[in-house]
Amino acid sequence: MADRPVKQPKGYSVRTLPGFAVLALFTFFALYAPITILVAYSFNAGTSLAIWEGFSLRWYYQAAANEAVQDAAIRSLYLAFSAATIATIAATMAALATTRTRHFPGKTMIYALINQPLMVPEIVTAVALLIVFAAVKVWTGHTSMIYLIAAHTAFCVPFAYLPIRARLETMDTSLEAAAQDLYASPWMTFRRVTLPLMWPGIVAGLMLAFVISLDDVVITEFVKSAGQDTLPTYMLGQLRRVVTPEVNAISTVILVAGAILVTLFFRLTSRRG
Amino acid sequence: MSEMGATPYPPGELEREARAADTRRRWLLSLPALVIIIFAAAGPLLVMVVYSFLTPGDYGNVKWQFSLEGWTNTIVQRDIFDDTLIWADAHLSIFWRSLSLSLITTLLTLIFGVPTAWFIATQPPGKREFWLFLVTVPFWTNLLVRTIAIQELIRSEGVINLVLLKLGIIDAPLQMMFTDFAIGFGMTYVYLPLMVLPVYAAVDKLDFRLVEAAHDLYASRWTAFRRVILPLIKPGIIAGSILVFIPCLGAYVTPRVLGGGKNLMFGNLIELQFGQGRNWPLGAALSLMLMVAVMVALIWYVRVTSREQADGR
Repeated sequence: MADRPVKQPKGYSVRTLPGFAVLALFTFFALYAPITILVAYSFNAGTSLAIWEGFSLRWYYQAAANEAVQDAAIRSLYLAFSAATIATIAATMAALATTRTRHFPGKTMIYALINQPLMVPEIVTAVALLIVFAAVKVWTGHTSMIYLIAAHTAFCVPFAYLPIRARLETMDTSLEAAAQDLYASPWMTFRRVTLPLMWPGIVAGLMLAFVISLDDVVITEFVKSAGQDTLPTYMLGQLRRVVTPEVNAISTVILVAGAILVTLFFRLTSRRG
Repeated sequence: MSEMGATPYPPGELEREARAADTRRRWLLSLPALVIIIFAAAGPLLVMVVYSFLTPGDYGNVKWQFSLEGWTNTIVQRDIFDDTLIWADAHLSIFWRSLSLSLITTLLTLIFGVPTAWFIATQPPGKREFWLFLVTVPFWTNLLVRTIAIQELIRSEGVINLVLLKLGIIDAPLQMMFTDFAIGFGMTYVYLPLMVLPVYAAVDKLDFRLVEAAHDLYASRWTAFRRVILPLIKPGIIAGSILVFIPCLGAYVTPRVLGGGKNLMFGNLIELQFGQGRNWPLGAALSLMLMVAVMVALIWYVRVTSREQADGR
């Protein structure tokens, strides 16, 4: 350090690049500005989307009183809850089967199939499901929520699987071996040792699956039968007509709910050990 | 190995049977997940392959009659007057829009994403998580909501026009909605985090002593960036580019909301065949084309990232 040529002024750092910090800070601003404006205008008292006429919760009341919104909200939550729960149970079992093991025949294939929904563009899966479910609907005459639940469960599985698998891979088998040495049955070992240890991963997986299901537009749009709008597809339909600040109010609620879940998710997954 | 040596039995039949039982158990445990995915994701894709070789029905759906027209119609069509084959110009222009907008979006996310990733990675270690979190949260919030936010910004009565009018820069609102610009702008906004995260990972691993060495050898900041930093973080840049390019190519919601009915992208062209177009085999063939394009990009991505991991060791 001492005999370095004096070419470099004080505070010279190889880590700064001209203009990068400015561009980066602009990017952060640009990431949050549109969302902030959307949220701000949801509290606008006026009908216009552009002119600020004072603070009001008017659009929230209007959205909450709108029966179509109520139905869509309840349907979204019901769908996300069912799909996330089933997907998390299936993903937990699959994660137990595919981690902490030697290579067994078909392991790669199981892994590829579980991740398959991530590999294909949503619009492609959506029309494929439209084709198959349209035939099944005609054939059985049955048009309940079961199709939506099945479709959502399928694309939630890989999202639930990832954090559970990550959690399992940080656990070694010595505690389970100790339990078995102490004459615990396999079920007892699972319930009292494995399950509590992998619990944070399971909760994280459940939350991620829930968020992913709640956010879905494309697959829902193609699979839903008449009168099965979720909150996102309801909003997509509204955009075709005239946009009212009511959509902003619903968007804000979805944003806040999503942000809370994601923050919790990060809290759960970043705390190691 | 030592355990095997300790067993009193020869490592033959008994062990093989135990292994087979273990494999069976693991398959059984994975079964629910596999059944769900085969029934509601992977299986329907196979059915779609069959549908792409059938004849369109009069009111949508298909007739069970073999035909290659679903595939040929993706790029050529019959002239309605003299029955000759001509290029399907409408489709070709949509393919071109998808490709060019995806490339432009990738480029824009690079311009904004690389400095952002650099900025985060050069923060003191304690602060990095906070900045990373700021990038990640928008990504996990609803895509439709973020697209609506962009719509609010660029509508004729939107915030951008409002500000420009107030400042007297323009006299009449700019028409930004329902243009290719709107789609590119929206996709850049929506997919930017996908660029930042892999580039961040690459910069984070960068050995800054190499950059110092370049400076010691009288390289300017720009030369050091171009000759030392860029080659070292290239895998992250390629990974980020593919991660942005793939969802752009298959985008449906953003072009539908911001592009309107005229400026279609690949995803919207597919939808059209199942709606007004009433040509399911063509829609199926287009979907499979898109899927193959995305698969090729994904395989490239896997190769890049696995090479990167190999280099890291």
